[in-house]
Amino acid sequence: MRSFHYERAADTPDAVAACAAGATIIAGGTNLLDLMKREVVQPERLIDITRLDLRTIESAEGGLSIGALVSNSDLAAHRDVRRDWPVLAQALLSGASGQLRNKATTGGNLLQRTRCYYFQDSAMPCNKREPGSGCHALGGATRLHAILGGSDACIATHPSDMAVAMTMLDASLDIIGKDGASRRLRLRDFYRLPGDTPHIETVLQPGDLIAKVVLPPPAGGRQTYRKVRDRASYAFALVSVAARIELAEGRIADASLAFGGIAPRPWHDPAVDRLLVGEVPSAALFARVADVLLDGAAPQEGNAFKVPLLRRTLTATLNELCREIPQ
Amino acid sequence: MQTKLTINGKSHNLNADTRTTLLDALRNHLGMTGTKKGCDHGQCGACTVIVNGRRINSCLTLACMHDGNEVTTIEGLGTVDDLSPLQRAFVAHDGFQCGYCTPGQICSATAMLEEIKAGWPSHVSADLNAEIALSDAEIAERMSGNLCRCAAYPNIVEAIRTVAQGGRT
Ligand SMILES: Cc1cc2nc3c(=O)[nH]c(=O)nc-3n(C[C@H](O)[C@H](O)[C@H](O)COP(=O)(O)OP(=O)(O)OC[C@H]3O[C@@H](n4cnc5c(N)ncnc54)[C@H](O)[C@@H]3O)c2cc1C
Ligand code: FES
Ligand code: FES
Repeated sequence: MRSFHYERAADTPDAVAACAAGATIIAGGTNLLDLMKREVVQPERLIDITRLDLRTIESAEGGLSIGALVSNSDLAAHRDVRRDWPVLAQALLSGASGQLRNKATTGGNLLQRTRCYYFQDSAMPCNKREPGSGCHALGGATRLHAILGGSDACIATHPSDMAVAMTMLDASLDIIGKDGASRRLRLRDFYRLPGDTPHIETVLQPGDLIAKVVLPPPAGGRQTYRKVRDRASYAFALVSVAARIELAEGRIADASLAFGGIAPRPWHDPAVDRLLVGEVPSAALFARVADVLLDGAAPQEGNAFKVPLLRRTLTATLNELCREIPQ
Repeated sequence: MQTKLTINGKSHNLNADTRTTLLDALRNHLGMTGTKKGCDHGQCGACTVIVNGRRINSCLTLACMHDGNEVTTIEGLGTVDDLSPLQRAFVAHDGFQCGYCTPGQICSATAMLEEIKAGWPSHVSADLNAEIALSDAEIAERMSGNLCRCAAYPNIVEAIRTVAQGGRT
């Protein structure tokens, strides 16, 4: 690890000032320190935000306001989250390990970097790490890589489970800019696709600090998070689905779906949601939905398995949510 | 950088480079080698310690970030003459072979049992809102952050189950 200057922020203005001066935020440190040890990132100045007052979870605007420093374990264990946004608790509990979830924060989880092997190995070329150096995932090992939304420059996936559930729930972020002003942004508009600038991953501006995530009021119906991975626990998603389905009189009255492990960002396709609404659940409908979702999929040799896997995972999730509940 | 840590009830003043992880501080600066280094990247759990009551990977955190914190390591859970219930159960149930992962397993399990008492659900809990039934699947899932290269898993689960059920060994 390269040496760096460390300072601890006493309050939010303090942290914002350090960010504006080019310091890198450290929260749980579980991703940043991992990458600093590998010299994938080499910040010269760290600002420790863990003593800021951003640890509360509270009801707000009919929904829930979650401080950026709330740990993944506290969020998953929170009564309201378990009752009203179970998909979020499930997604969090399917990620990492008990130890990591105790440290991982809400803000840090959203901004964790890809697990692409080539990105994580500073001896390899990588357009995300070193713009213009090339991408060896293309034609290389792609088990964790994208089948949708990638480009000729990068096919890395976003690894977060939590962000997939929050995308499905249409969460928003409260961001404090370097002028100290706060602004709100939908998570669905937060991540950028790689195009020819894969090193720019979000719409954040230099110096921005995520202060909160805001969940909209609880929606009706049933919701779930289904994750498929190489071992039963403590592994990143190959494919995951966050879904909410509301049924009324045998038809789908409302639907929201988001997908993980398949794209450079938590994947939400409004056409998929629209296709489901108003329809009677059936195998034929679910097949049509998968066709629309996978339209334009561009798998590599090493991740072509994700096409049928996503289809089956989607079908299984919809079957589960549309099944009659025994009275 | 000066950092004040309370480790196993005793106060320490650490003066180390900002790069020093909590794991390296314990092992290399403070001479407490009970906590082990496996992967150094959060992937194995050998370095698990308890900070302010919560289990964490000490390899993925900076010592200087823990100024004023209370750290419990395997050395603080019990002594050779006075083993903690989990330490005793690991011995009684053969919960290890080479023993390298064991300090991490025991620190992890100690805090994990508190998480269950606090009612935290897990990925395998059938109902997020119900009381937790402590099955072997629950123990395995909650301990998945601790790998054992010797694959002593069945006996680790047995040791933890015994303590969780209040059994003495
Ligand atoms: C072995 C292992 C397995 C894992 N498995 C999974 C898994 O299965 N699923 C999953 O989803 N995740 C998994 N993770 C990733 C884990 O969830 C992330 O490391 C964690 O959520 C990052 O949070 P943090 O607070 O530690 O972030 P940090 O490492 O502190 O920060 C990450 C990034 O976010 C920035 N940042 C942090 N907070 C803010 C803020 N408030 N405002 C602006 N910028 C900020 C930092 O500057 C940094 O760039 C795994 C990690 C490991 C090591
Ligand atoms: S040494 Fe920390 S998790 Fe492996
Ligand atoms: S006992 Fe050898 S690694 Fe677990």
